[in-house]
Amino acid sequence: MNSNAFEAGKRIVLPLLVFIIIIAGWSALSSHVEQFPTPSETYDVAKEVFDDPFYINNEDDKGIGWQVLNSLERVFGGFALAILVGVPLGLLIGMSKNAFIALNPFIQILKPVSPLAWLPLLLFVFKDINLTAITTIFITSIWPIIINTALGVRSVSEDYLNVAKVLQLTPFEKVFQIILPVAVPFIFTGMRLSLGIAWLVIVAAEMLTGGIGIGFWIWDEYNNLNYHSIIIGIAIVGVIGLILDAIMGLIADFFDYRKRGRA
Amino acid sequence: MSVKPFLKIDHVDKIFPLGGGKEYVALRDVKLEIRENEIVSIIGHSGCGKSTILNLIAGLDTISNGTILLEDKHIIAPGPERAVVFQNHSLLPWLSVYQNIEMAVRKVLGDDLSPGEIRDHVMKYIQMVNLDHAKDKFPGEISGGMKQRVGIARALSIEPKVLLMDEPFGALDSLTRANLQDHLMRIQIQTGNTVIIITHDVDEAVLLSDRVVMMTNGPEATIGEVLEVNLPRPRNRLELQHNEEYLRCRGAIIEFLYSKFAKEDE
Repeated sequence: MNSNAFEAGKRIVLPLLVFIIIIAGWSALSSHVEQFPTPSETYDVAKEVFDDPFYINNEDDKGIGWQVLNSLERVFGGFALAILVGVPLGLLIGMSKNAFIALNPFIQILKPVSPLAWLPLLLFVFKDINLTAITTIFITSIWPIIINTALGVRSVSEDYLNVAKVLQLTPFEKVFQIILPVAVPFIFTGMRLSLGIAWLVIVAAEMLTGGIGIGFWIWDEYNNLNYHSIIIGIAIVGVIGLILDAIMGLIADFFDYRKRGRA
Repeated sequence: MSVKPFLKIDHVDKIFPLGGGKEYVALRDVKLEIRENEIVSIIGHSGCGKSTILNLIAGLDTISNGTILLEDKHIIAPGPERAVVFQNHSLLPWLSVYQNIEMAVRKVLGDDLSPGEIRDHVMKYIQMVNLDHAKDKFPGEISGGMKQRVGIARALSIEPKVLLMDEPFGALDSLTRANLQDHLMRIQIQTGNTVIIITHDVDEAVLLSDRVVMMTNGPEATIGEVLEVNLPRPRNRLELQHNEEYLRCRGAIIEFLYSKFAKEDE
């Protein structure tokens, strides 16, 4: 018997088995809880939802595609801002002991705060849903980026810095030719973490801000007693989260010198 | 000596502060004059401060007292005229063999060379260490001996006045080490570089050097004896095996290290 084929078969059969158990458990749940959507009803509703994901009836009634795109837009907006601010800040903290001493207490205090705690304050300042959501994601994303960038800088070996000294590299050359190549894999680890958390947070943030977005959509469907849609929403959030993480993983590997040039 | 010394180490102390007002005197009153084109090795037990001397010449560490002059210029900071071959090669792992050398050449000689000249220059040094076939490989893909050859090529490519080697072959197996020693002797005859080698290997010291500087044990280590090795070049390790001068030098160093300044293993 071919053991490779057996291994490959396991990778399909075992998850399939778990999937069947989940559906069975779900069916049992829906027969016990009143109004809980059954798997087949949910499947029918899902077909409807995905049939025309980009419809626009009016400003408050848009297809699921628009909801998801809006959430992604906010996540990437806040995430991009966090990279722009977080990477230079991380470099500074990693290279300068004084910067570390000055900034570390605040990072340690602010890091454990749920980004949602900022939301009311931001809403009050901006009085705009989009800006509030983007800024919330910015605050969410920035900590892992700063911390991992600084960690990357500190992991530059003394030997490489000695090479820089002997060659008399300018500070600018040192950053780009020695420090960044070492730190980039760490920066991408931070970015991958950030994006994961940002995608978690956007759902909750949009439930609070309302308007549009996948989080808003789930909450809206709850208010309309469309419980099927909540389950569909959970599945969509999960699959997109998985795709985002996989893409970040590929980009991170591409920029990681340790994964290059090895046959 | 009537000839003016090329590199002059003049009454140098190196003191490391230990905190709490204490200090550790690593080197005390080190005096050494090195001629141009000379190969000098510095040998001693571990902890005798031989690497510290090299770091002081390289400018990677600061001198506590005294001066080091290279062609009458004070050494106060690192610079490309004193290239260092580090024990662990310290090649940048994200650059290929070619790029590692190119980066150094571009920085140090780049202003005077055209892109084509830079390429020729880099290739000249890659060929000097016989690594044409590996020029596009990354450090992670080549053996320890090959990495050290790249390290030597990178150091020589910036045309330094002095080549400083910190136990350059210490991390290699003895066959690879012998091979690299032969490479180094051949290259030095070609380039005429002044070379300072830190080593703890007696045979390596005799084989490679014009003079062997023997260090006493620390703390307050200093130069104990300086031995002239009167062997013609090119030298061949096979022929030297029973050579009288070779055996005399070898004996003198062993006498110094294991009798006069024997060191117990802590």
